Amino acid sequence: MSGTFTKSTARNIFYGGAVFFFLLFLALTFDTVQTLPKHDNSANLTEQVVRGKHIWETRNCIGCHTLLGEGAYFAPELGNVYVRRGPDFIKGWIKAQPTGAPGRRQMPQFNLSEGELDDLVAFLKYASEINTAKWPPNIEG
Amino acid sequence: MQYSSQAVAKPYFIAAIGLFIGQILFGLVMGLQYVVGDFLFPAIPFNVARMVHTNLLIVWLLFGFMGGAYYLIPEESQRELHSPRLAIIMFWIFLVAGALTILGYLMVPYASLAKMTGNDILPTMGREFLEQPLLTKVGIVVVALAFLYNISLTVLAGRKTTISLVLLLGLWGLAIFFLFSFYNPSNLVKDKYFWWWVVHLWVEGVWELILGALLAFVLVKVTGVDREVIEKWLYVIIAMTLITGIIGTGHHYYWIGTPEYWQWWGSIFSALEPIPFFMMTVFAFNMVNRRKREHPNKAATLWALGTGVMSFLGAGVWGFLHTLAPVNYYTHGTQITAAHGHMAFYGAYAMVVMCIISYAMPVLRGREANPERSQVMEMWSFWLMTIAMVFITLFLTAAGILQVWLQRYSATPMPFMAAQDQVAIFYWLREGTGVVFMIGLVLYVMSFFVKDRPAAA
Repeated sequence: MSGTFTKSTARNIFYGGAVFFFLLFLALTFDTVQTLPKHDNSANLTEQVVRGKHIWETRNCIGCHTLLGEGAYFAPELGNVYVRRGPDFIKGWIKAQPTGAPGRRQMPQFNLSEGELDDLVAFLKYASEINTAKWPPNIEG
Repeated sequence: MQYSSQAVAKPYFIAAIGLFIGQILFGLVMGLQYVVGDFLFPAIPFNVARMVHTNLLIVWLLFGFMGGAYYLIPEESQRELHSPRLAIIMFWIFLVAGALTILGYLMVPYASLAKMTGNDILPTMGREFLEQPLLTKVGIVVVALAFLYNISLTVLAGRKTTISLVLLLGLWGLAIFFLFSFYNPSNLVKDKYFWWWVVHLWVEGVWELILGALLAFVLVKVTGVDREVIEKWLYVIIAMTLITGIIGTGHHYYWIGTPEYWQWWGSIFSALEPIPFFMMTVFAFNMVNRRKREHPNKAATLWALGTGVMSFLGAGVWGFLHTLAPVNYYTHGTQITAAHGHMAFYGAYAMVVMCIISYAMPVLRGREANPERSQVMEMWSFWLMTIAMVFITLFLTAAGILQVWLQRYSATPMPFMAAQDQVAIFYWLREGTGVVFMIGLVLYVMSFFVKDRPAAA
């Protein structure tokens, strides 16, 4: 093996393979971005949703929750929470935090205004309408 | 130490270990919050503890990589570092910026921190692992550029070896892909798609080049096996890493609103992702078995072998467990993910940094290897941390399987929190094992201060 398979062969496989598969990845990315509007619910990406995403990010919600399965695993999945709970429950829940129940996991109080709560709900509604290939398996996330 | 400028690696290594201790402390806090939900609330809510835990991990590994590079590059290039002064200045900038960021997380509400640091100018915060304020992200880029400038010039002016070229390629890739952390489109699917260009292309791409180079360097030193043989292996391993790992990014694109063909691309290529890790294990054992010398630093050899085995188990086996789309449909975002993440990061990256520290630190302190008693303690710490991590992974896997069953698979799915209550026992066991890990880490630190018994007069 060592006679025919030299270091420069290995090096060529590395550079060739890396370049080839990175270009393939770029091509797939190009195709994905082209076809994304069919899946990503971007038609409903309103100003309000954008504001909601900003609130989602600046409160670091991902530090406890998952969104479409990514994030922390400390608190429930929120990609489909709009479908599971509806807008009024979500707003009421956020306003009622923290529960203060001894020993239970606690969510901070973020003091969001009524308008901000509506923005956040709009963002969660938009997220719930993304075509996620039928994930999660059921309503519990 | 062959070159005096290698000494700049020392503060980097010390900082890395210091931040590692911080990471584990916050890990213990979070582990307890899993079962005692209001522990330290509202002073340290879970999301803050987690941000500190994961950000410290990234930063201590970066310190380790940089220290490793500053140690390794002069020796490989056979010349002094281009500018040791720049390396020290960057060390302090990085350390202070890192510390201020962590203090910011702990002392100010996240929304205020975002406002104070210019997140409204260019929103980049609040995304998993990329929570750093804009200022910190810019700082990371500046430090990375100065660092790359320094080591690139050193390599260019000196002997160019495969190990230093691969390391350089990995480090440049790390910096380039980090630039995607500045891209945060309001379209959530696009945001998530390109977020993985940092996260996946780091840990399952360019970081593995760094891992391979550091491991190969230590193996050259401790085994005395011909460099040609080791460098050929290194090329084969990193070739397989990128051939499988780049398209393997697809295993993150199953359920986030991307086209469904990613389920095929992702499944096929990530099924191949364990191969380079398996080769790494074979490589490490092979080289140690064929060793041409008995290096007095047995601890470093142990870390090198451990990295091979644990990265194969954590990244390879535990990654494969839930990487196929039909399986991932049920396991995505459960404790299975957490189990895999813990062992993969420890096995691949934490261990390789400890490996290079273990090899280089005695040399930086003016000896080829630490005294026997110190090495024995270090090896105890190796086994305590590694076995603890195996059990953390097993307990989280058990929690995950139960969670999937109760919440995802059963005919009458349970709500998230109800399922969490059912698996609490495994979280308690994980926390206990976390304490054992901490004891191992304390022993690791103590081993630096052990001196040999003076010979009986």
